[in-house]
This record gives sequence, structure tokens and C-alpha cells, in this order.
Amino acid sequence: MTQLLVDALESDRPVRRTAFVVRLNRPGVSARFDRRSVLVSLGLLVVIVAALVAGVSIGVFPIPLSDVVPGILGVGSDDATFIVQNLRLPRALTGLMVGAAFGLSGAIFQTLARNPLASPDIIGVTAGASLAAVAAIVLAGASTGAIAGAAFAGGLGATLAVYALAYRRGVTGYRMVLVGVGLTAVGSSLTSWLLTKANLYDAQEAAIWLTGSLNNQGWEHVVPVGLALAVLIPATALLAPHLRCLQLGDDTAHGLGVKVETYRLSLLAAGVALASMATASAGPVAFVALIGPQIAKRLCRASGIALVPAALTGAALVLIADLIGRQLFAPTTLPVGVITAVVGAPFLLWLLAQANRSGREG
Amino acid sequence: MSPTAERVRRAATVRRESGGLLRTPAARYGGLLVAVAVLLVAVLASLLLGSRTLPIGDTLNALLHGDRGSTTGLIVWGLRWPRTLIGIFVGSALGASGALMQGVTRNPLADPGILGVNAGAAFAVVLAIYVFGITTLSIYVGFAFVGAAVASVVVYALGAMGRDGASPVKLALAGTAVSALLVALTSAILLVDLATLDRYRFWVVGSLAGRDLGVLWQVLPFLGAGLLVGFASARSLNVLGLGDDVAKALGAKVGTARLVSALAVVLLTGSAVAAAGPIGFVGLTIPHVARALVGTDYRWIHGVLRAPRADVAPGSRHDRPAGGPARRGAGRGGDGGDWRAVLHRPDPTPATGRAVRARPPAGATPHGGTA
Repeated sequence: MTQLLVDALESDRPVRRTAFVVRLNRPGVSARFDRRSVLVSLGLLVVIVAALVAGVSIGVFPIPLSDVVPGILGVGSDDATFIVQNLRLPRALTGLMVGAAFGLSGAIFQTLARNPLASPDIIGVTAGASLAAVAAIVLAGASTGAIAGAAFAGGLGATLAVYALAYRRGVTGYRMVLVGVGLTAVGSSLTSWLLTKANLYDAQEAAIWLTGSLNNQGWEHVVPVGLALAVLIPATALLAPHLRCLQLGDDTAHGLGVKVETYRLSLLAAGVALASMATASAGPVAFVALIGPQIAKRLCRASGIALVPAALTGAALVLIADLIGRQLFAPTTLPVGVITAVVGAPFLLWLLAQANRSGREG
Repeated sequence: MSPTAERVRRAATVRRESGGLLRTPAARYGGLLVAVAVLLVAVLASLLLGSRTLPIGDTLNALLHGDRGSTTGLIVWGLRWPRTLIGIFVGSALGASGALMQGVTRNPLADPGILGVNAGAAFAVVLAIYVFGITTLSIYVGFAFVGAAVASVVVYALGAMGRDGASPVKLALAGTAVSALLVALTSAILLVDLATLDRYRFWVVGSLAGRDLGVLWQVLPFLGAGLLVGFASARSLNVLGLGDDVAKALGAKVGTARLVSALAVVLLTGSAVAAAGPIGFVGLTIPHVARALVGTDYRWIHGVLRAPRADVAPGSRHDRPAGGPARRGAGRGGDGGDWRAVLHRPDPTPATGRAVRARPPAGATPHGGTA
């Protein structure tokens, strides 16, 4: 028998219950849910579904809301079904998954480094992934699967390089950020060199891809990132409790019996894989990995970064940014990365200003 | 130990710590000569190599006798000489501005590319095309100036917020953020308006290709002024390197010194970017190379800076439709970055850390080398 137990934490104090714990006795699993995080996640889910439906419905050929679900299921009119299934749904799904992957990856990196600036798009993970992906396209004419593999290798290589170059009796956050900014610059200049070697058509494609774009996304883009998420999300979920222990600091985590280095490396690998897969699919969509977790953190008013809200915020961000990019100068479609950069850059500056005000090194 | 011996020992220590591979004035002048020689070789290579390799004899002949009639003369005078000349000037401007920036901000990561200056210039040019409908290349130069100036001021102001002033991380991040914003806005405009893209790409993609000397004459006054101001401020940069408080105590006008150097930076990067489009890393890397060679005295750094700069030029073969920054094939981009990573590792703030002990090398003239 599985017994479901819901009890109040902090029940000895006369405060409002802010969290509840769910225990499954038979498999021996328990999870603690922060009430506000759960509500925020539900709210974000509503936003995501709304953005998804809007993304499918709005366009040069508008599809009435009533036809969206039939179109998705393939029982509507032929036109609607074709447009929904072949054009808009893959695009929206890619946006959803790419955003979720960036958000989750950013949350992992920022938590591990205990620094909001140490997200994969700042410390060069996405730059490394882009470089490797562009190299695979330009030099080898690689297929979608090979591009994804190359992107992962590139992201991993960049992470290792940052780690090695920033290592000086341990890795501190700001040193890592500084080295990462440098490596990002290296990566992007190598990428632009590769573009000069490519033929004009490839170069143009790659240039749009490099700003982070959901244009022309088909099912062939959905499948790799979908498969990756199908593996990586459960893996991250398994690792998440250890992430929470690592947040307490290495010594405390050691004291709690956590194998610090093992879990740190596995979490890092998961974060790199998530960011690289997302990059392989839609290009380095700027700043989503940076601002997604930070917005989620502020929405949840939590001390740490919760993974689920971070992933959902990332997904919502990308979907909404893509909607804006499609509608702002219609019929011209702006790449989603342009919109997220315009939103994300001021946010990064604001984070810097915040860090200054609180007197920490920024 | 006698007082004299003690003094000698201390002087030796200072000399050693003020750093660099080349420690004595003689070695440094020698280094300068070597750098000039490298420059000459690079110029020659730039003239000779290309989709049609020219024999050295004919080339020199055409060059020396002003022969513009023959095929060789046409190629040399019409195509390669302008590029090479612009490459030399742009390179030295970027190298010098990088050194100035690194001096003013006391930050080894300062570079026009990283600090958003290139992005600012590019954005201003796009605005000039898109908003004001300007089609003349000569007016772009002015816009590139203003864009570079505004971007550098904004980035420095943002990076200098807070108690610890313009720390490397804050400057790099502020530059990253401002660059990202400007690049995004630039690409948004370019995607929306094809006519703008068409004009803009001639400015940005061309890098050194297809420039005639007209552009150079146009920016040369600004560039020259920038170099002069930069040289003039080299001495005050050494004082600034000691830290604001010490510099003030020594009677330096910190604000003025910084302003003058910043003016030189804007003049130099503005004219370089205006003439050749955004080129990355030269400004960042070369001062480090120079510093590794001659130590932390900015008067020497400026002197040495002139020459190696021009190795941008060989990258500018006219057969290469440089889609991005003008680089010598594989070399430039990677080299630049790798150098920085390597240079950065042993000491995160070489300029700050060592400059405290820096002394002018005995026998150095106030204006370093011969440029």
C-alpha cells in the first residue's frame, strides 16, 4: 500500500504553512514542496499553454482558436492541419523545449557556482557549443544528429576549458565568469572566421541561427532536443536533492554524506548537455539561461533557485519572445534571440547594479 | 650590507619587477627594431601574396618607380597598397587604444570589442543608414565616432558603479551586456530593412577589402590626433597605474589624465572602426604582448605597439570575402583569444599588480620609441 502523507513543516510554530511534504512509503520517496513555488509553477504552466496556443493560432494565416486543438489532433480542415502540424507546432514545441532546457541549465550552473552571472550563456558554454556546431556544418556538412553531438562536445570542451583556466586552488565564481567572458569572445571570433570560410548560403543560414532563431523549425529539430530532454530531465530530477545539499556549501554537504565532487560533476554534465542540446536546436538564444532562473527565483521569493519554476520560466520566456519577434515587424520575423537579448541585456545590467548596491563584488 | 649595495640591490629588484622579457634600454630599442622589421616583412607579404602572387622584383620596381601601367603596378597600387596602408594605421590605432584603455581602467581585459565600442560604432552606422538615410561612406565615419564614444562612456559608467570601481569583472560584464543589446538592435534593424543591410554590409563585411585611400585620408587627422594625445598621456598613465590615491598624492590630476586618455581612446577606436569596420582582439592582445616584452611602462608599451600591429595587414588579401572581422585566416582570431587566456591566467591584474612597482626604465625617452 502506498500511503500518502501530507503534513505541515514547522508545525510547532504558529506561522502560515509555506511548505508541505509528500511521502510515498513503499518506494521510500519523499518530496518537499514550497507552496509558493507550486502556485508559481502552475501559473507559469497556464502562461506557457496560452503562449503555445497563441503561437499556433497567430500568423500570416490566422487559425481561429477553435481550430487549434482539432488542427493539432489532425481532425480539422486540411489547411489548418497542415499549417499547425508542419509549421507552427514544431516551432512552438522547439521554443518550449529550448527555453526549458536553457532555464534548467542556467539554474544548475547558477546554483553550483552560487553566482547568478555564472550561467552557460555568459561563461561560454553556448559559445563553445555554437562554435562546434558551426564547425560541423561548415567543415563536415554534418546531419542534425551529428550537429547535436558536436554541440555537446563543444559545450563540454568550453566548460572544461573555463574550469581549467579559472582553477586556482578551487574555482571561485567571479574568476570563472571573467575567464568565461574571454572564452566566449574566442569562440565567437572563431565562429565568425568559420563563417568566412563557408559558402554564402551556409553562412547566411548560420548567421541567423547564431542569433538564436526558431525560424523554419521542423520536426527534425523537435526530435533531438525532445529526446535529450526526455533523458536529461529525469536525470536532473534524480540529482536535484543533492544540488540542494551542495547549495549549503561544500563542507556542510560533506558532513551530510554527499559525495560532493561526484555530484557536482554529474550536475555540471547535465547542465552542459541541456544548454548544448538547446543550442544545437535553436542557436544560442541570448540570456534565457541567465534571466530565466533569476526571474523564477524572484517569483518564488525563495532563497535558492528552484529547478522546475526556472525551466518553466525559460520556456515561457522563449515562447513569448518568439511571439513578439514574429508580430513586431510582421511579415518580417525577428529571431527570438534578438528579443531575448534586448530584454536580457538590461536585466544583466540591473543584476550588476544590484550586486553593487549590496556591496558584494560585482 | 653597505647602503650603496643595498640601493643597487633594490634598483635591480625594481628593474626586474617592472618586468618584461627585454629589460635594458638597449634590448628594448633592439626589440623595437625587430618589431619594425616584422612590420616590413608583413607589409611586403601583404603586397606580394594574394590570389595572384607577385614576384618580389616586379613589385618593388612598381612601388619604387610609381609604375601604374603594368598589371603588377595596377594590383600593387590599386588594390594592395591601400589595404596595407590602412591595415597599418588601423592596427596601430587599435593597439594603442587597447593599451590606453587597459591603462585607464587598470584592467587587462579592456578591448574595444569586449567593452562594446565596436558594437556602438556599428549600431551608430546602422542608425545613420536606417534612420537618417545616409548613403555616403564619409559620413558613416562621423557616426562611427559618436557611436564608439557613447558606447565606451556608457560601459565605463556602468562598470564603475559601486564601491570597488571599475573592476575587471564588472567592466567585462557591462561591456558584454551593452554589446549584446547593441548587436541585437543592429541585427533587428538589418533584418527588418533589406536596403539598410545592403549598404551596411559594405561597411562591415568589407573589413580591409575594397577600401581606397580616401577613407584613410578622411580618418587620418583623427587618428593622428589620437596617437599624439595617446603618447602625451603615456606618462600620466604610469602614474594612474599606482592607484587613484597615490596618483593624487603625487600631484597628478587624475580626472584630467583619465579624460585625456579616454579622448585618445575614442579618437583611435573611432577612426579605426570607421575605416575598417569592427576588428576584435588586436586592441586586447597586442598591449599584453608588448607588456610581456618591455614591462609595465606605458611609454615603452606605446613605442613597441606601433609595429607588430600591422600583422593585420597580411590577412587582408583581396581574394578573401571576409565575412567577419578582418583576420589572417586561421591565425588572428584564435591567436588573440588564446593569448588573452594564457596571459590572464598567471595574474588576473598584471597592470594593477605590477604597475605599483613600475619605474621608468633608465634612459627611456619620454615618448618611448620612434613609432
